[in-house]
Amino acid sequence: MNNHYNFAFFDEGSKREIRRAILKAVAIPGYQVPFASREMPIARGWGTGGLQLTLALIGRPDILKVIDQGSDESVNAVNIKKLVTKTTGVRVTEDTAQATIIQSRHRIPEIPLTENQILVLQVPIPEPLRYFEPSELATKKLHAEQEYSGAWLLLFEQIMNYGQMATGADHPVLVHNRYVMAPSPIPRYDNPKMNCSSALILLGAGREKKVYAVPPFTRVVSLAFEDYPFKPENFQHQTCRLCGQAGIFLDELVDAERTYYQCNDTSYCLKRQNEKQD
Amino acid sequence: MMDVFTKPNLLEKPILTVKNLSKQFGAGCKFCRPDQGERLEKNYCQNCGTVYACSQVSFDLYPGEVLGVVGESGSGKSTLMRCLYYDQEVSSGEAYISTYHQGEKNLFLASSQQKRYIRNHVMGMVYQNPLMGLKMDFTSIGNIAEKLIAAGGRHVGGMESRGEELLRHVSIPVSRIKEAPKHFSGGMQQRVQIAKALSNNPPILLLDEITTGLDLSVQASVLDLIKTIQRQEPISILVVSHDLGVIRMLADRTMVMLDGKVVEEGLTDQILEDPQHWHTQQLVYSLL
Repeated sequence: MNNHYNFAFFDEGSKREIRRAILKAVAIPGYQVPFASREMPIARGWGTGGLQLTLALIGRPDILKVIDQGSDESVNAVNIKKLVTKTTGVRVTEDTAQATIIQSRHRIPEIPLTENQILVLQVPIPEPLRYFEPSELATKKLHAEQEYSGAWLLLFEQIMNYGQMATGADHPVLVHNRYVMAPSPIPRYDNPKMNCSSALILLGAGREKKVYAVPPFTRVVSLAFEDYPFKPENFQHQTCRLCGQAGIFLDELVDAERTYYQCNDTSYCLKRQNEKQD
Repeated sequence: MMDVFTKPNLLEKPILTVKNLSKQFGAGCKFCRPDQGERLEKNYCQNCGTVYACSQVSFDLYPGEVLGVVGESGSGKSTLMRCLYYDQEVSSGEAYISTYHQGEKNLFLASSQQKRYIRNHVMGMVYQNPLMGLKMDFTSIGNIAEKLIAAGGRHVGGMESRGEELLRHVSIPVSRIKEAPKHFSGGMQQRVQIAKALSNNPPILLLDEITTGLDLSVQASVLDLIKTIQRQEPISILVVSHDLGVIRMLADRTMVMLDGKVVEEGLTDQILEDPQHWHTQQLVYSLL
């Protein structure tokens, strides 16, 4: 390693500030901790929040995995991996089980995470009440007073308009029976994975300058009404065209003749295909 | 217009008691301290620019009663309402609701969570401007559900049927309940607001200039609705208006405000037929 940057791009003071924000976030599950989001060599809105957390946490023995919408090879994931390896020299992997830090956008990996792993999620809009109340000053007060009718109202409106809760992603969750939290734009299918997760889950919003966390083994409940229970997306009737798996989160691909499905989590799919060949 | 059921009973305990409510905008100075009141120009201190919007307002509201508040623009009527609904903080004063901690706890000293509780469970408010009381981009039924959810409602079917019932009650066609209020006329918006205010069966309803800006036939239908609600539900209403016609039609008792102070108080008929204070006389004689 020979370059002009400090280890992990940031100066030590910056890392310390971000780590302090992380510690506070872990201490108050689901609470959005403000932090001084740094200028990054990638644009805000492209995962700078997650990247800053990753850089503040990473050490030489770590093994990094970065995924974007389930894929290890999308542009965003590749660029982030390049930046981290160039400034730290740590190993990267596509194997979920091997990684110690997993930075992800829009998905939680299919393979259950362990106590030795940290999941870092990139967040565009950390405020679950934002579409209900545009003012940050007002939403801070609503959180302080645990006044979450707005989050419920947004779901109620969906039921009125579409006959069901229609959150495509980012379905709000109640963390540790206190804070309502935006789980980042993961599909509803991934929400239950946050509940009592063995791995620490950190969420970073670079543009909005917020860090929040779900510590290991914390209760995370997706918001739902008594007569409209929470329902994840269902893939029981489709199978992956590559590995044949059913019942996991699948991508729907449409071409002129037909619609077919394949695993959204590419490394999981690859692993299954390898196992089949052996 | 007085109904035997709504006549205030002197032996009854008031549902809402307000004592010495004051609200000032500005810090005040040595020229405009309360004991120097005569130095004010109306309710404005020319030295420091402080506005005394309400000073030492006290009244009782009895169960099932309609209390009217009249006065010219700037007399502090709306500020009084906003203070009672916690939209603004009072400068000093006390208020008690008989159903909240047996009427022993000052509402203005409650914690912000408790204030929210009181707003959501004990009071309903209808603003002059529907923009203040409604979310214009949400569905009408969603607007009503907002108040039900805030009061702990978590059953969609139950809230939907309650919302439908209320909207039918205020003559919003069932086919339009999933439409946003921004597509409605002013009168319809006002009726959605009334439905929202009534959703939790609050014992106290606050009406702030609800017919101002509506045309005459719509005014009549909104007033008619309030009359109907008052007859059907055990509800106490505080109605603010500068329109004596509205007050004459709705209110059992009336108080007259001028420059933030209550200058006259009594039965509505009495106030309108035999006004004592010069300002009330002026108001009554300028009635077209």
